[in-house]
Amino acid sequence: MNYLGIPLEKPKVGVFGFTGCEGCQLQIANKEETLADLLESIEVINFRLISSDKEDGYDIAFVEGSITTDEDAARLRRIRQQAKILIAIGACAGFGGVHNLRERFTLADTVKEVYGTQPVNTGPVRKISDVVSVDIKLPGCPISKSEFEWLVRHIILGLEPKFPQYPVCVECKQRLNACVFDMGMICLGPVTRAGCKAICPRNHLGCWGCRGPADETNYESLVEILGERGFSEQEIAERAHFFNAFNGIDAIPVLEKFGN
Amino acid sequence: MKINVDTPINIGVEHIARVEGHGNIRIRIEDGKLAECTWEVVETPRFFEVMMKGLSIEMAPLLAARICGICSISHALVSARAAEKALKIEIPETAKKVRLLAKHAETLQSHTLHLFFLVAPDLLDTGSVIPLLKTHPQVIEIATNLKGYANKASDLLAGRTSHPIAIKVGGMTQVPRKRQLRYLQDDLESTLPYLWKTLDFFNDLTMPDFVRETEFVSLRGEGDYPFIGGDLLSSDGVHKSEDEYLSMTNEYMVDFSTSKLCKLSRESFAVGALARFNNNYEGLHPKAKEVAEELNLKPETYNPYFHNLAQLIECFHVMYESKDMLAELIDSDNSEYTTSYEVKGGEGVGAIEAPRGILYHYLQIDGSGKIERADCVIPTGQNNANIHFDLQKLVPELASQGVSEEEINKRAQMLVRAYDPCISCSVH
Repeated sequence: MNYLGIPLEKPKVGVFGFTGCEGCQLQIANKEETLADLLESIEVINFRLISSDKEDGYDIAFVEGSITTDEDAARLRRIRQQAKILIAIGACAGFGGVHNLRERFTLADTVKEVYGTQPVNTGPVRKISDVVSVDIKLPGCPISKSEFEWLVRHIILGLEPKFPQYPVCVECKQRLNACVFDMGMICLGPVTRAGCKAICPRNHLGCWGCRGPADETNYESLVEILGERGFSEQEIAERAHFFNAFNGIDAIPVLEKFGN
Repeated sequence: MKINVDTPINIGVEHIARVEGHGNIRIRIEDGKLAECTWEVVETPRFFEVMMKGLSIEMAPLLAARICGICSISHALVSARAAEKALKIEIPETAKKVRLLAKHAETLQSHTLHLFFLVAPDLLDTGSVIPLLKTHPQVIEIATNLKGYANKASDLLAGRTSHPIAIKVGGMTQVPRKRQLRYLQDDLESTLPYLWKTLDFFNDLTMPDFVRETEFVSLRGEGDYPFIGGDLLSSDGVHKSEDEYLSMTNEYMVDFSTSKLCKLSRESFAVGALARFNNNYEGLHPKAKEVAEELNLKPETYNPYFHNLAQLIECFHVMYESKDMLAELIDSDNSEYTTSYEVKGGEGVGAIEAPRGILYHYLQIDGSGKIERADCVIPTGQNNANIHFDLQKLVPELASQGVSEEEINKRAQMLVRAYDPCISCSVH
């Protein structure tokens, strides 16, 4: 393929899933209007969800899900060894995602609740960068189809992808959405990295922070305003820790733990 | 049973491709005996029932959606329904209609993804849909148009295809404007020809021949085809109310699977499109019945590969019913789409026909509106035992007919795929 007469690299791509819902992988297959173009510009050589042909030797590995077993950690390390660029896609890969909500309970209680006394192979929830080095994190729960293509274009053209530094509020205002704060909802739009086109506030749901922190944030002020509007610390904590994207930030209340 | 084979057969499929999630097939025939034949689910457990605990009830549908990237609309809907029953609230008629339309969009999206991306490569002898871009561009055109409409409809009605936004406890966060509904109506109309082309395409392909009589379990439509809520009906004569879900699923564990297995009247049962078709044929839209006749598919079909054809028939049902419902919604007053509620303690069971079969969510809430206990029973969890026992009948039959190891491998994989398993769902 040529761009302005210059031949472009056609990178070999692998897409891999770990503990997760496969929704991010599905976004890749779900981009109907441009699917043919996408498959022209990259060579998909390993994508189990849609193909039984699989080869090694990929340049780019897209990795979805969090890591909860040693076997999966070993499989991930093998992928890392092969891939020149490893991209963690989605909130589970990037932050551990909703799976982290089970870390409020002990591992023993967690297993007992679902499997009783039957032993199962599981362990603490790890994000991809807890196990291997990650070159790029493509955020979102799920990732957005258009942002995925934007990223692929950058890689093919050899450009550094620059995610928005500003928060979701900026995009929300650009779309002239009514402010969900004013509808009485909690919204993490003021502190969450933009790039989603404020899809949740657009649909009258406050932002849940699936894309993680923006570059410049004022958590103290957000927590104070939410408190003034009558939201409890636990309500704020539930929201901010839903995807585990705001972990370890002093101003944000912590989630209640059980049995620890 | 003695299996007449010249050479031993040894098949091991690690992480079977073109299914959602991770499962293995293990087959060994030695000394004329079936030494091993298992459908192993090896997905890593996620513990959603634990994640739910202690959270506010309004978070339930949003978290439940994350169980599955493909059928997240069903998970959000059934979770909201369980919560609404626990809170003893009724949602407005408009919300019910928009929810069902969103459900139909999901069914279409999921079925076409399965039929074209996961099943068609087997029938056309390729490893994936990718080579078809060159060899069968007309098939890709049909698939992308159908899926494109389904995703557009999901975006409009539920906010998004994967992990919907607009489904909330009490109704919907918002509903589309009439102008948007009219655009969708136009889109639907221009997509219908592709649906009929799908019928021509599958009519020309041959599904493998195999029969194993089993118990088919589905929800029971009230004079219509079942999707959201309702009693359970089995082809062996079992009839249970929504609240009695535990007596239907009878979950048990085996050492080769991280998914729990289910049984009802016999060793296994089947849920999904074929079960719905077999149990609720009368409720199908007339256009869907027309298609069933053209495919020569009658209720009481016991070939599991025909699950794919039942999905195709359901695509017609959901498209034509959506067409009728959109017209109705454009004419009705849609100003009420949410019910406010006071938080109180209680418990509720929600049932839904997810694309792959019956899905139950149970929620117990304490007086402050926190989730005390959650339970989810997943369609693929219900089908896993049936897949396993189908394989145990299929493999010796094929081997006795002298079918090659390669072909047995392929048919076994196609059998698993026919059920459209959603494995990470089943190990939620």
